[in-house]
Amino acid sequence: MFDRLYVMLMKEFLELKRDRWAMFRLIVPMIIQMLVFGYAATFTVYHVKTAILDLDHSQASRSLISHFVATSHFDVVDVATTQSAITRDIDHDEAVIAIVIHAGFNQDLENGRSAPLQVIVDGTNSNTALIALGYISQIVTQFSASQVSTLPFRGKPSISLQGISLQYQPWFNEGLNDRWFFIPGVIGTLTLMQVVSLTAFAIVREREVGTLEQIMVSPIRPYEFILGKTIPFFLIGLGDIALVVAFGILWFHIPFVGNPWIMLLGASLFLLAALGMGLLLSTFSQTQQQAFALNFFFVNPFFILSGFAFPIAAMPKLLQWFTVINPLRYFLVVIRAVFLKGVGLAVLWPDMLALTLLALVMLTISVLRFRKSLD
Amino acid sequence: MATGEVMAGKSDNTNVDVKSTDAAPVTVRAHGLSKSFGALKAVNNIELTITAGEIFGLVGPDGAGKTTIMRMLAGVLSPDAGNIEVDGVDVIADPEQAKLHLSYMPQRFGLYEDLTVAENIFFYGELFSVSRADRLARSQELLKAAGLADFQKRLAGQLSGGMKQKLGLICALIHTPRVLLLDEPTTGVDPVSRREFWGILYNLRESGVTIILSTAYMDEAERCSRLALLHAGEIRYCDTPARLKATMPGVLLAIISANPRALREALTGQTGILGVLLMGDRVHVRVDDPAQRIPEIRASLANHHVDITLIEQVVPGIEDVFVALLDTEKVT
Repeated sequence: MFDRLYVMLMKEFLELKRDRWAMFRLIVPMIIQMLVFGYAATFTVYHVKTAILDLDHSQASRSLISHFVATSHFDVVDVATTQSAITRDIDHDEAVIAIVIHAGFNQDLENGRSAPLQVIVDGTNSNTALIALGYISQIVTQFSASQVSTLPFRGKPSISLQGISLQYQPWFNEGLNDRWFFIPGVIGTLTLMQVVSLTAFAIVREREVGTLEQIMVSPIRPYEFILGKTIPFFLIGLGDIALVVAFGILWFHIPFVGNPWIMLLGASLFLLAALGMGLLLSTFSQTQQQAFALNFFFVNPFFILSGFAFPIAAMPKLLQWFTVINPLRYFLVVIRAVFLKGVGLAVLWPDMLALTLLALVMLTISVLRFRKSLD
Repeated sequence: MATGEVMAGKSDNTNVDVKSTDAAPVTVRAHGLSKSFGALKAVNNIELTITAGEIFGLVGPDGAGKTTIMRMLAGVLSPDAGNIEVDGVDVIADPEQAKLHLSYMPQRFGLYEDLTVAENIFFYGELFSVSRADRLARSQELLKAAGLADFQKRLAGQLSGGMKQKLGLICALIHTPRVLLLDEPTTGVDPVSRREFWGILYNLRESGVTIILSTAYMDEAERCSRLALLHAGEIRYCDTPARLKATMPGVLLAIISANPRALREALTGQTGILGVLLMGDRVHVRVDDPAQRIPEIRASLANHHVDITLIEQVVPGIEDVFVALLDTEKVT
C-alpha cells in the first residue's frame, strides 16, 4: 500500500510545486488576516466622538468637561449651547455620544445634593455604546469622588463616604489586553477555514476533472486515496499554525507560557477534525461551485458558534447544543489556555477528548460517505 | 455455457445465440447484470461473454446504459444484481485484483493538467505498480505509436483534444491490461488522431487484449468484431456486423431526391414500406419485396409530385440495421 500512497503524495507535492502561487495563497492571506484581526478586532473603544451641551457654565461643569477631554477614549467634537445642536450632531453622525449638563449642576453639588447628568447615546452600534457608557460612568465616578473630597475645603460640611472599594486583579492577562484574547482565537479560526476549504476543493476538483474516477479504476483503495489527499493538508495546516503562532508571538508579543507539545497535540487533533469536515463537504459536492457554497454555509456558523468573540454561555440552549460538535470551540479553549494560562492536560483533557472524538466521528462518516459517493 | 458461445440480451430472444468463430479464451463474462438509479432501470439483466482479442462494440442511443455497463465492468460501480468476471477474477468480490487486469477509459480521461505528459504516465504507472523498466519501455513504445514522443515535457493541459485523448489511452495502457474498456473514446477527436487511435487498438488486439468500446460513430461500429445493440438498458441484438446486416428484415433501397423530407412524408405508412430513414441528401427505404415495391414507390412519388433522380438497392450500413431492428422491436 505504501507504494501507492507514496505516489499519491508525490503527485500532490509535485502539483503544489508546479502551482507558482500556491505558497503565496497558503501563507499571505493568513498573515494579512492575522494583521487585520490583530489591529482591528478590539473591544476597546477610543476616540468616541462626543458632543457636550453645557447649560450650567460653572466651575464644576467645566471641570467635568475637562475630565472628558483628558481621556483618549473620547474626542469632544462640539461644546454646544442649544439642545437642537446636540440633536443635529447625533443625527449627522458627528457625535455618537452627547452629554448634557443641566443648569443648576454646580448648585446641586455645592449643596451636597445628587446632581443629574444626562447622557444621550447613539444606540445604532450597541457594542460601542455599551462600552462608552462604561467609560462615562468611570469618569463620572472619579469626578464625583474628587468633588466630594474638595467640599470641606470650600466651607461645606464634610460627607463621610464609606463604601466598598473594588480591587481587581485579572490573571493571565493583567492589562486585559483584547489582542491577547483575539490572536489565539484568530489562529484557530483561520486554520479551520483554510484547511476545510483546501481539502474540500482539492477533492472536488479531482472529481470535476475526472481524475478521481480514473484513480478509482486503478487498484488503489479509497483509504489510500484519502490519506494521499489529506496528509499534505495536514502538514500544510500544521505549518500554517506554526507560522501564525510565531507571528503572534513575535509581532504582537502575545505571551506563550504553555507547553508547545500540548499545542501540537491539540492542533493535530483539531486538524484531523477539520480534514474530516473538508472531506465530508467534498462528498456532498459534484462541482467546485457547490463546494464553495457549502463551505460558505458551514464555516461561518462554526466561526460564530465557537466562542471566538461571543460567549457560548450567553447563547440560546439550542445553539449551545450545536457548539458541542464544533471542533473550533474546543481548540479555542486549548489554544487560549496554552498561550496565556500555561495549563496542561490535567485541565485540558476534556477538550482534547472532545477533539479526538470529533476527529474520529467526522473522519469515519466522511470516509464512509466518500466510498458511497464514488458510485 | 461453452467457451466462445455468446449469449446476450433477453434470454427468450432466439436470434442472439451465435457461435463465435474463434475458440479464444473468455476474458469478460457478465451474468444477470442489473443496475437502477432510483426508479430508472439503467441496465436490466445483461449477459455478456467476450473472448480475448475481440473488439466488442456497445452501440445504442444516449441513455441506453452503455456507460453504466462500462463502469460496472471496470469495478467502479457496484451492480444491484448479477456477477462479473474479468480474466478469471470476480470483479465484485475482489475489485482491486480485477483492476490490475483491466483498464477503463471514460469519455474524458482524467489527466492532471498541471503535470507533464511524462509525469502523468509515471503517476498512472505507479498506481498500477508497474516496474520502472517496464514503464519506460512501454511508455516509449506507446508514445511513439501515438505520435506524442516529442511532447513528453509538455503540460497535459497544453495538449490538443486529440493529443489528450491519446495520452489518456497511453496512461490507460501503461500497465498492459488484458481487458480495455473504452467509453466513446474518439468523441471530439480529429480524424488523424482517430486513425492513430484505432491503429493502437488494432495492435492491442493482435497481442490478445480484449477491447470493449462504446461508440456513437457508425463507421467505428463497423470496425468491431462484434456489436451489442443496447436499448433502454437491455441488449437487443448481439452479433458480428456482417450477420447483423443479414438479420435486417427487408431490403434496403436508396433514393436520391431534391426534397427528401417530402419523399419521407409520401412513403411513410405505405404498404410494403418497412421504414424510411433520412441519410443526408438521400433517403433509405426498407421494403419487403423490391421487385414489387420499386414501381409502386415511383408511382406514389409521382402522385405526390416528388421528383427523384435515382432509386437503387444498396447494402445496409450498421445505422440502417439498428434503426430497422429497433423499429421491428417496437412493432412486435
